[in-house]
Amino acid sequence: MARILLTLVLALLLAAPVAAQQADNAPAPDRSATGGAQTLEDILARQRGEKIDDSFRRDATGDPDSAAGIAGQLGTLGGASDAEVWRALRYGTADVTVSAGGAPARVLVQNGGMTWLKWREGPLRTYGGWLLLGTIGALALFFLLRGRIRIDGARTGHTVTRFKAVERFAHWLLAGSFIVLALTGLVVLFGRLYLAPYIGKEANAALLVWSKWVHNNIAWAFMLGLVMVFAMWVVHNLPNRTDLVWIRQFGGIVGKKHPPAKKFNAGQKLIFWSVILLGGSISVSGLSLLFPFELPLFAKTFTVLNDIGVPGWFGYDPLPVMLAPHEEMQYAQLWHAIVSFVLMAIIIAHIYIGSIGMEGAFDAMGSGEVDEAWAHQHHSIWLEEVQEAKAKPSKSPPPGATPAE
Amino acid sequence: MKAMWAGFVAAIVIAVGANYILGEIGFSSADRQTGAAVRLN
Repeated sequence: MARILLTLVLALLLAAPVAAQQADNAPAPDRSATGGAQTLEDILARQRGEKIDDSFRRDATGDPDSAAGIAGQLGTLGGASDAEVWRALRYGTADVTVSAGGAPARVLVQNGGMTWLKWREGPLRTYGGWLLLGTIGALALFFLLRGRIRIDGARTGHTVTRFKAVERFAHWLLAGSFIVLALTGLVVLFGRLYLAPYIGKEANAALLVWSKWVHNNIAWAFMLGLVMVFAMWVVHNLPNRTDLVWIRQFGGIVGKKHPPAKKFNAGQKLIFWSVILLGGSISVSGLSLLFPFELPLFAKTFTVLNDIGVPGWFGYDPLPVMLAPHEEMQYAQLWHAIVSFVLMAIIIAHIYIGSIGMEGAFDAMGSGEVDEAWAHQHHSIWLEEVQEAKAKPSKSPPPGATPAE
Repeated sequence: MKAMWAGFVAAIVIAVGANYILGEIGFSSADRQTGAAVRLN
C-alpha cells in the first residue's frame, strides 16, 4: 500500500513540471489583427475567468528613452501614449510622485482591490456566516440529544477554589473584550446587508462608526488578557498522558464515563491553544490593520512560503511577493476575518459548555469556587492534588524569625 | 462575580485610555496621512 502511494506521489511530482513546460511552450496568440492590442478572444478568456498571460499589455507602457525632447513635437508625454501611461498606472509601474502619503499614495489604480472586495462580499460573508450559524445549530441539536451534563449524585456542599481572582479577572478581560470585538466585527462585515434595511442607512452608518471605534480600541484589552492568560495557564496546558484517556472516552461528553483530568482536560487544552494561537494571529493581523501600511506582513510571509514550496504542494503557482501597500492591508483584513470566524465558532462551543451545557461549570469562573462533587467528576487528579496540598501542615517559621512588617 | 465585573470595567478603561494615548502621540489618520507640503486647515 505504502509503495503504491509513494509511486503515485512520485508520478504526480514528475508530471507537474512536464505540464508546466507544455503550458510555457504554447504558441503566443496571433494579435496582428489588432496591432498587438488585446483581441476579442483575450477579452472572452478573461471574462471566462481563465488565466491569461497579460504581459503583452502589462509591459506595453511606452519607451521614455526614445522620447522626443520636451521642446519637440509630441515630446510632452515622454515617449508614452495616453493608453501606455494609463496601463503603467494600472499595473503599478508608473513613476508617480506625490507630496504626501508616501508609498500608498503613489498607487493610483489597484487591481487587487477588486479581488479583495469580491472575497469580502462573497465567500468571507457566506462561509463565515454559515460557520457561526452551523455551530449554533449543531450545539442546539447536541443539547436536545444529550441534554445538560449533570453532576452525578448530590452536591457535597464543600467547595474548592478552582480559579483565583486574578485568573478570573484575566479570563473575563479576555472574554469580555473578545465578545465585544466579535459583535462589532460582525456589524462591520454584515451591517450594510442585514441591519441597514431595518434600522436605516443613517443609523447603520452611526453604528458602524461606533463599532469601528470600539473595535480598534478594545483590541488592546484583548491583547493584554491574552498575554495574562498565557502566562498563568501555559504550564497547566502542556499535553500529557491523561489527555489520551480523556480523548478515548470523548471527555465524558458522549457517554456516562468521567475520565480523570488535571487542572485542565484535553478539551480545555484544545480551547486554550486555539485561543492563544488563533488569538495571537488575530492580534498580529489586527496590529497591522491598526497601523495602516506600517506593519506589512504578507509579502515576507509569502516569500518564505514560496521558498519552502508550500503553494506547489497543493498544485498552486507561487504566491505574489510584490504587493502594493493596499494589498498588504487587504490580505491582513481577510486573514484577520477568516481566523476570527474560526475562533468565534470555537468560543461559541466554549460558552455553551461553560454555561447551559454543564451543571456547575460556570461557578469555576463566576465565584471561583466549585463543589467537590463537580471537581471529582471532571478534574479528579487536580482535586486530589489540591486536597493533598491542603492536608500538608504549613511550614512553621524558624525559631527566632521576625515576621515581615 | 467581582472579578468578572472588574475585567469588563478594565476592558472599557483600557479602550478609552488607548484611544487617548494614540491620539496624543500622533497616530490619528489625519496625522499619518499628511506631510510637510499639505495644509490640513
